[in-house]
Amino acid sequence: MSVLEVRAYPGPSGSDGAGPEIRTYHGRPVLKQPVWRPEIPWYFFVGGMAGAAAPLAVGAGVSGRRALARRAWILALAGVGISPVLLISDLGRPERFHNMLRVFKVTSPMSVGSWALAGFGTATGLAVGNELLGLPGGAAAKPVAAALGPVVSTYTAALIADTAVPVWHEARTELPFLFAATSAASAGAALTLVTPDAEAVPARRLAVAGAAGALGLLQAMERRLGPLGEPYREGDAGRFGRAAKALMGAGALGLAAFGRRSRAAAAAGASAVLAGAALERWSVFRAGFQSAADPKYVVGPQRARVEARGAGVGGAQVGPAGGAGRVNGGD
Amino acid sequence: MGFFTDTSVCIGCKACEVACKEWNQVPEDGLEFTGQSYDNTGALGASTWRHVAFVEQGSSDDMDFRWLMSSDVCKHCTSAACLEVCPTGALFRTEFGTVVVQEDVCNGCGYCVAACPFGVIDRREEDGRAWKCTLCYDRLKDGMEPACAKACPTDSIQFGELDELRERARGRVQELRADGVADARLYGDDPDDGVGGFGAFFLLLDDPEVYGLPPDPVSTTRDLPAIWKSTALAAGALVAGVAAALVGGRR
Repeated sequence: MSVLEVRAYPGPSGSDGAGPEIRTYHGRPVLKQPVWRPEIPWYFFVGGMAGAAAPLAVGAGVSGRRALARRAWILALAGVGISPVLLISDLGRPERFHNMLRVFKVTSPMSVGSWALAGFGTATGLAVGNELLGLPGGAAAKPVAAALGPVVSTYTAALIADTAVPVWHEARTELPFLFAATSAASAGAALTLVTPDAEAVPARRLAVAGAAGALGLLQAMERRLGPLGEPYREGDAGRFGRAAKALMGAGALGLAAFGRRSRAAAAAGASAVLAGAALERWSVFRAGFQSAADPKYVVGPQRARVEARGAGVGGAQVGPAGGAGRVNGGD
Repeated sequence: MGFFTDTSVCIGCKACEVACKEWNQVPEDGLEFTGQSYDNTGALGASTWRHVAFVEQGSSDDMDFRWLMSSDVCKHCTSAACLEVCPTGALFRTEFGTVVVQEDVCNGCGYCVAACPFGVIDRREEDGRAWKCTLCYDRLKDGMEPACAKACPTDSIQFGELDELRERARGRVQELRADGVADARLYGDDPDDGVGGFGAFFLLLDDPEVYGLPPDPVSTTRDLPAIWKSTALAAGALVAGVAAALVGGRR
């Protein structure tokens, strides 16, 4: 028995006594579609990459890899510079962007993230000023950037998981790890492209490990979600997701096998991982829209919970469990 | 304070929709025919704060037919996800226990839209901000009942203290059942439900999903502690992964 069988318009005469089919109001969605535009998945990609680049920059600096450290700081700054532009452009009232820092609310991942991004951006700016221009403040700013970066990479998963959108909320356990892995893959791949061979090893490793981690997490997530994970496999989300897996898989394999020997192979592998990581953000983003649009993903699991409790909503007794619209005597 | 909407006496006149629009000066929300019974409003939204649902069940051929009508509205949840996720503090809880958007603060981030388990609040595209029922905050402050309840000709929409409304609603269910309406049930009257009880609850004659309502809504923020825990672990894993990539092997 599937909890995801839809019957758009039930009536007594249409009642076939079959299992718990899903009833809807004229087949209409229960939830509103998210209003977020393409800026948001691009922000997930760019901001996530910047967040992962900062701890790598600090580690590279500490371990004496100056070229890698410098490039990682620049990548972090570029990412954290683009991020607010994307975010502000997505607002309905961009001129009120500063209201994001009007309060701090731990119940709002967007509030936490805004403060984290503001802090991360400031610290990264100071770190880059120190790294490239020798300005003061680097010693204090660098560890702060390294600590806030991973928050910026992962809070976006908390943000979408903390919604009523079925495939985002239900994937709340895996999404933060998926976003961490995808961020690591993006930062590693981007830095593989621009770092001289002598210091590129950590970047390549990060790209390969991030991509492998993302693939494993996607597998685990889809297996656990079962039929509820359907939107991740269908439509745009499915197409983006399959391309993401193919690109990240092939790119990571290429990087691992030939990245050390051939500069061209490393560049090709890194580009594939980078493209795959971006597509993975798009897949998750689109899947949310698809699941919010179809009432079966909203009503199905909730109806199953009600049936499992064996009582009506809110403790009030219901009529026949899952009964199709029954006619009351003419009153 | 809140609403009890007794759908068993709703006659589908849409006076509530009109009164709400007029009082709150809510802009036009589309003039189109849906072909879905008498419902040409469709759903609640940024410019639709009351919505009358029309459900036709059965077939008129054999006279085995009934019409369900129900005026839907923002639930003013006790545990309101929209309010909790709002990053600007634009959404707040009033002294009446209702949930209201401050239009001079909202920056249109859209988080509340994705968080609402009922699909109530939405962003008005031409305006950029999120809008929904205020339970006539201005009228309440002046001691008046909300416009929709005032306009309802059958008292299907009742306004008052929630405890009193709940008691009245339970009595009404008993009454209907005694009259043979076995499917009468309350929706959203339990303070222990997934959203801590609705500030606007309903008497329905069929499953909630038949009216376009979620059968077991849960505020997403109930899971937020677990979400933050996963997120913290994932951020830690990211740092560990970066550290691992840096140690050992050639430079």
